[in-house]
Amino acid sequence: MTQKQTRTTQLFARLKKENRSADFAAFMPYVCAGDPNPNFTKKLIRTLVENGAHAIEMGIPFSDPVADGSTIQKASQRALKAGMTPDKAIDLISELRTDGIEVPIIVMSYYNLVFVNGQDEFVRKIKKAGADGLIVPDVPLEESDELERICKRNGIDLIYLIAPTTTNERLYAIIKRASGFLYIVAVAGTTGARENTSKAAIELISKVKGIRKDIPVVVGFGVSKAEHAKEYAKAGADGVIVGSKITDICRSEGIEEKALIKIAKFTKEMKE
Amino acid sequence: MSRYFGEFGGQFVAETLVPALRELEIAYERYSKDPEFQKELDYQLKQYAGRETPLYPAKRLSEKIGGAKIYLKREDLLHTGAHKINNALGQALLAKKMGKKRIIAETGAGQHGVASATVCALLGLDCEVYMGKIDAQRQALNVYRMKLLGAKVNIVEDGSQTLKDAVNEALRDYTANFENTHYLLGSALGPHPYPTMVRDFQSIIGKEAKEQILYAENRLPDALIACVGGGSNAIGLFYPFLDDLSTEMIGVEAGGDGREKHAARFSKDGRKGVFHGMKTYLLCDKDGQVKETHSVSAGLDYAAVGPEHSKLFSVNRAKYVSVTDAEALAAFHELARYEGIIPALESSHAVAQAIKEAKIRSKDQIIIVNLSGRGDKDVEYVKRLEEAG
Repeated sequence: MTQKQTRTTQLFARLKKENRSADFAAFMPYVCAGDPNPNFTKKLIRTLVENGAHAIEMGIPFSDPVADGSTIQKASQRALKAGMTPDKAIDLISELRTDGIEVPIIVMSYYNLVFVNGQDEFVRKIKKAGADGLIVPDVPLEESDELERICKRNGIDLIYLIAPTTTNERLYAIIKRASGFLYIVAVAGTTGARENTSKAAIELISKVKGIRKDIPVVVGFGVSKAEHAKEYAKAGADGVIVGSKITDICRSEGIEEKALIKIAKFTKEMKE
Repeated sequence: MSRYFGEFGGQFVAETLVPALRELEIAYERYSKDPEFQKELDYQLKQYAGRETPLYPAKRLSEKIGGAKIYLKREDLLHTGAHKINNALGQALLAKKMGKKRIIAETGAGQHGVASATVCALLGLDCEVYMGKIDAQRQALNVYRMKLLGAKVNIVEDGSQTLKDAVNEALRDYTANFENTHYLLGSALGPHPYPTMVRDFQSIIGKEAKEQILYAENRLPDALIACVGGGSNAIGLFYPFLDDLSTEMIGVEAGGDGREKHAARFSKDGRKGVFHGMKTYLLCDKDGQVKETHSVSAGLDYAAVGPEHSKLFSVNRAKYVSVTDAEALAAFHELARYEGIIPALESSHAVAQAIKEAKIRSKDQIIIVNLSGRGDKDVEYVKRLEEAG
């Protein structure tokens, strides 16, 4: 378990020390790389970070994103159409690091992109580019042995997901192996902005915290506003991931600059 | 129950689905060993679906070719017109035992959608079917058929608008609704336990064929031929013969236009990948993006393939070849004219390969072709194709 600390681990350690209020949760927006073009992705991430986002989840677009709802599906299709590839997305991370972006960057990729590339090769590449973690939504614990070993060896946190449907037996097994943070899937189903928080997710947060206190818990799927973040934070969550809402905001304005102003405003609301 | 077939298979799904699949696995393990369940399934297969199906010697076709003797396993004679009903009945009965009130299914050619809608009408279950827009246009009659049977048909407009996108949508629905919903997957593919379960339900094809050929010829066949989309009719025929090493197995993939547009994962440029919950051979680019496929037959138009076929391919137990759209269409006509049987376009691929194989084999050889479905659903489409030239 002795692994060199990633930026992610350091982030949550620092936030803990700062002793924020009970309704604070780190804001970790999800961005689909290359939607609608690589340049905008860079500007979007810079805007998010400059306005206080604590970490970035960067999704590599996949042709068949089965865990995602229609917003991210469409974003993925736009990005692929514009020529985004895993290698280009990884290059974006390098460029962001060169530009001085220092927050943790977590890569989200469906497994086929990792597998076809060669798991070892893929993990080494994202590490070299400056990523800190990897989320693979279609690799549950039962299939993750080799990928987890490779991630450990390369100093990348393999982020495990848990859902309200996860049985106790599996929950214990996953919590034991978690590194970086645990990703709570708030709702049964796919990603996409929703109106309300999930009661099941709130129960799950306290359950996890009861089992292992030192692993940060981050809630995603359906999170779309500051009140959601506050509610989850009060229940013990350390962060929230917001994806579809970010894309929705970007798409709501035809002019890039206007969209980025809206993103800046949204980020300021979310980061508190 | 093993999750893998050699290095292929597994359960590559979102965390949310893992418990649902575990519940399904436990239920399947329990009921597949339950004599009462088997009795009920056997009864429905016989009295409702029309089993057993004949193993029919295609005499005129064989004579015309002048080579090996061709037998047709007549799954096309089943209720709803294809082998799909074997699996649909099995899974729907299982779903009922599990207390699920709602069934969802994906469909390519529409045959599995029709089979699902049918068994849901039979058993009083709600049914929703996902179908790609292009497939729905190719198989408009089947869309109406499903509605007639009380199912709701959800047209999928994402991606390539074919089978793979219908599976995507069905998986999304299943992830959100599995508490009251069973996903009646139509082929021997997807995450564990589907490939095993569907294969078991379809193995009745091979079991019967084996008994029938032993009765008719007093020996095992030299070759089995079946078309392979996801691969359920093929694995259903092959499985009971796996240990009979003197029997060759030939899976026929969609060769499409014979050039770049096809759905041939083994015989052209597929590679090992992970898709729709399983590790298997897959048509994807060097980055791993899944390719759009093409076949004249909607049922073979699929980028991945059932994991047990990947195993049979990798250990050389079965061989996989491809047949083009044009060859399949020629076989469609040939069987109609020489035997009075109009095969489904999917099955026409197997017939086309059987004609090739029979030609190069001697008269004392025996080939069994799985005639997995009838061509009624394709007649109008083929007519349109030919009129368009």
